[in-house]
Amino acid sequence: MEMPRPNPDVLARKDEIIRRLQAVMPKDAVISDVVETRAYECDALTAYKCPPLAVVLPASTEEVSAALRVCHELGVPVVPRGAGTSLAGGALPNADSVILGVARLNEVIETDYENRFIRVQSGRTNLSVSGAVEEAGFFYAPDPSSQLACAIAGNIAMNSGGAHCLKYGVTTNNLMGVTMVLMDGTVTRIGGAHLDAQGLDILGLICGSEGQLGVVTEATLRILHKPEGARPVLIGFDSNETAGQCVSDIIRAGVLPVAIEFMDRPCIRATEDFAGAGYPDCEALLIVEVEGSDEEIDEQLEIISKIARRHDPVELRQSASAEESARIWLGRKSAFGAMGQINDYMCLDGTIPVSQLPLVLRRIAEMSDEFGLDVANVFHAGDGNMHPLILFDANKPGDLERCEALGAEILKLCVEVGGCLTGEHGVGVEKRDLMRSQFAPQDLEMQMAVKDVFDPEWLLNPAKVFPLDDSAGRRIAAE
Amino acid sequence: MVKRLKPGTEEELAEIIRDADGPLHVTGGGTRPIGRPVDGEELSTSALNGIVHYEPGALTLVARAGTPVADVEAALKAAGQRLAFEPMDHRGLLGTAGTPTIGGVFAANVSGPRRIQCGAARDFLLGVRFSDGQGRMISNGGRVMKNVTGYDLVKLMAGSHGTLGVITELSLKVLPSSRSTGVLLMEGLDDVTAVRALSQALGSPYEVTGAAHLQRGMDGHPVTMIRLEGSETSVAYRLSELGKRIGAFAEVTTETDPELARAGWTYIRDVGPFHDRAGDVWRLSVKPGDAPGIVAQVDGAEAVYDWGGGLVWLVVPEGTGAGAIRFAVSEKGGHATLVRGDSTGGAFQPEPEPLAVLSAGLRAQFDPRGILNPGLMG
Repeated sequence: MEMPRPNPDVLARKDEIIRRLQAVMPKDAVISDVVETRAYECDALTAYKCPPLAVVLPASTEEVSAALRVCHELGVPVVPRGAGTSLAGGALPNADSVILGVARLNEVIETDYENRFIRVQSGRTNLSVSGAVEEAGFFYAPDPSSQLACAIAGNIAMNSGGAHCLKYGVTTNNLMGVTMVLMDGTVTRIGGAHLDAQGLDILGLICGSEGQLGVVTEATLRILHKPEGARPVLIGFDSNETAGQCVSDIIRAGVLPVAIEFMDRPCIRATEDFAGAGYPDCEALLIVEVEGSDEEIDEQLEIISKIARRHDPVELRQSASAEESARIWLGRKSAFGAMGQINDYMCLDGTIPVSQLPLVLRRIAEMSDEFGLDVANVFHAGDGNMHPLILFDANKPGDLERCEALGAEILKLCVEVGGCLTGEHGVGVEKRDLMRSQFAPQDLEMQMAVKDVFDPEWLLNPAKVFPLDDSAGRRIAAE
Repeated sequence: MVKRLKPGTEEELAEIIRDADGPLHVTGGGTRPIGRPVDGEELSTSALNGIVHYEPGALTLVARAGTPVADVEAALKAAGQRLAFEPMDHRGLLGTAGTPTIGGVFAANVSGPRRIQCGAARDFLLGVRFSDGQGRMISNGGRVMKNVTGYDLVKLMAGSHGTLGVITELSLKVLPSSRSTGVLLMEGLDDVTAVRALSQALGSPYEVTGAAHLQRGMDGHPVTMIRLEGSETSVAYRLSELGKRIGAFAEVTTETDPELARAGWTYIRDVGPFHDRAGDVWRLSVKPGDAPGIVAQVDGAEAVYDWGGGLVWLVVPEGTGAGAIRFAVSEKGGHATLVRGDSTGGAFQPEPEPLAVLSAGLRAQFDPRGILNPGLMG
């Protein structure tokens, strides 16, 4: 993975930069010690590491603004960091950059059940937002798998989704307003407790912009009352095609489950060995969950089961209790852990039109043979968001490169069948150089022209999202 | 006589924009003339017509921008699906004629009562193709529901009223229609109590898909309405449970006749009470709890509350200045748009400084010559 050559001029001025940052921040909020900065050398894409020049940990919007103003004035690149759980290298530093971490911005500012929103500082973790409103029976809907650790700031940067977004949408559909600091230190407020922010939809633009347009310090989020209950049905099939057809039939029948999860044989086997959830030995497995009162759940599960039976399932297990539900979810929830047990893995997240599921799964199996690496599939089938896990051995020379090459081929396939490179993880550095397979030059130029407006010097997370060659002119002009 | 340009292909449209030597007044079907009037040659997308792709099993549809909304709705209905955000038809309120287009719906980010539960038009827009102000064709987004590949210019195009680019094709998410509808009705509530009752309903687990209050219902008296949708069993259950919860506010009656329920919500969606009323019409987006106070501050206003109070339609005597309304709204947070009335002074709420700079910067990138609906939004 190529990163831009660090700006020698910035490296040479390290002491001055630290001094200037210390002048506007509390003493313990600026980290420059080589050992301590190493804690920020990577995010969850651990294959790539680089300690930053320094780390700042502001505790208020004002401190964020002050730190950015200093970096802007001195021409220092800044890499914003939420909780560092990005799987795409969104928070990977460069040697000449300052990491701006939002971990100390973790307060709840306002909770309003009448008007159904919560306002939080952006470093607060996703799960603790729901935690803050749980007692009143409310929750915050987007639920990425990393929700225990990941920060709202990162959720906004990557427009995070989760298992339940088939019904509740992703971050952008649940974000009502932000306070955001631009690279030059300007503080802007967009949206608020009302629906649909005024003027151009800049809120929608910021969501998913991977920390390249501004640093979000506060967010107003929509909260919902929890459903009365939820229960899944587990359905096993002897072919991926049949399972894919069943997903499509469920959706066409007019029931809108809250989640439809899909696991293929390699994944089912691995999780069975690991967690022993009692899954059937079959080619494909669906977990379909619905919500409501007990009667409403029974009614919906019956409709889904009826559809499933038409496809000759090898197993159909309707949950009737919380205990049975937990057992059905056990394997799915331990899928990633199970994979980690077997080997190192790389998790992709291309999205495809649901109708292309059988074709794409078949092609992935063929490619897996060609490259000699196993691939297990576990994903959100209702919205076509795939999560192929490519297994490799990081200690075996050449394996990582082979894995990345296979990953690239799978993602190109997703684009070819009408989908996209990433459904919820973001582009980061990981998929940066694949952007040309999805976008024409003028499409990328238009997106980069947007960054020019927010960050004309290209100092904010500059080496991400766009192929390095494409952004080179702008980044180098900035130096 | 102003020339009306109706390109039949994307290439023709891009060429017109490239060759333009003055402002273009970009329209779809011309049924939603919202914003400061544009003096320029009219460029309509209405000849870019037709559904390109519809996959009910994937809940996605791709159509050219000029496709009539009615055609899209008919295709969806045949497969038991719908535009869940329930776009308003502006013709009754604005006294316009013509055919609303699907491109116009998204260009103006038009959402109806169900927005409160499922999201706005912009939340259902998955992908766009558009020509920028220099006639370059740009693609963004796609036809899948989850997509974080690159910047979300799709959202930016939604609600930009043709000022950043001209949408030629769009892909959208659709949802299944519900099998039945039930409505809870309360009569005679004042605005404050009504919004409180609606808040209670919206803060319940019963998935309310409509929450409105009319100061003057069809019979001239205040009426508060709450909509529930789903299977018959489910609707019956929730009508009963929710009815008990809000029973403390007023006597609750129930309506389950599908035709009456549909008519009632179309009346709210299209702001029926103001169709035959003279006067300027304003659209306010505010925090629901602030709505009654803001309405009370505007002299001579009558209100229709939708989205649990978050959306307020106001009719005021013709020529009432923007001052009082904008002041009341901006003090609390939110924004007000003049939807019917003399918009030569501007229809949209002026943006605060840092946002205005960003918006101007974006416009300069998308349309450097400033020829696409110049001045319409600001």
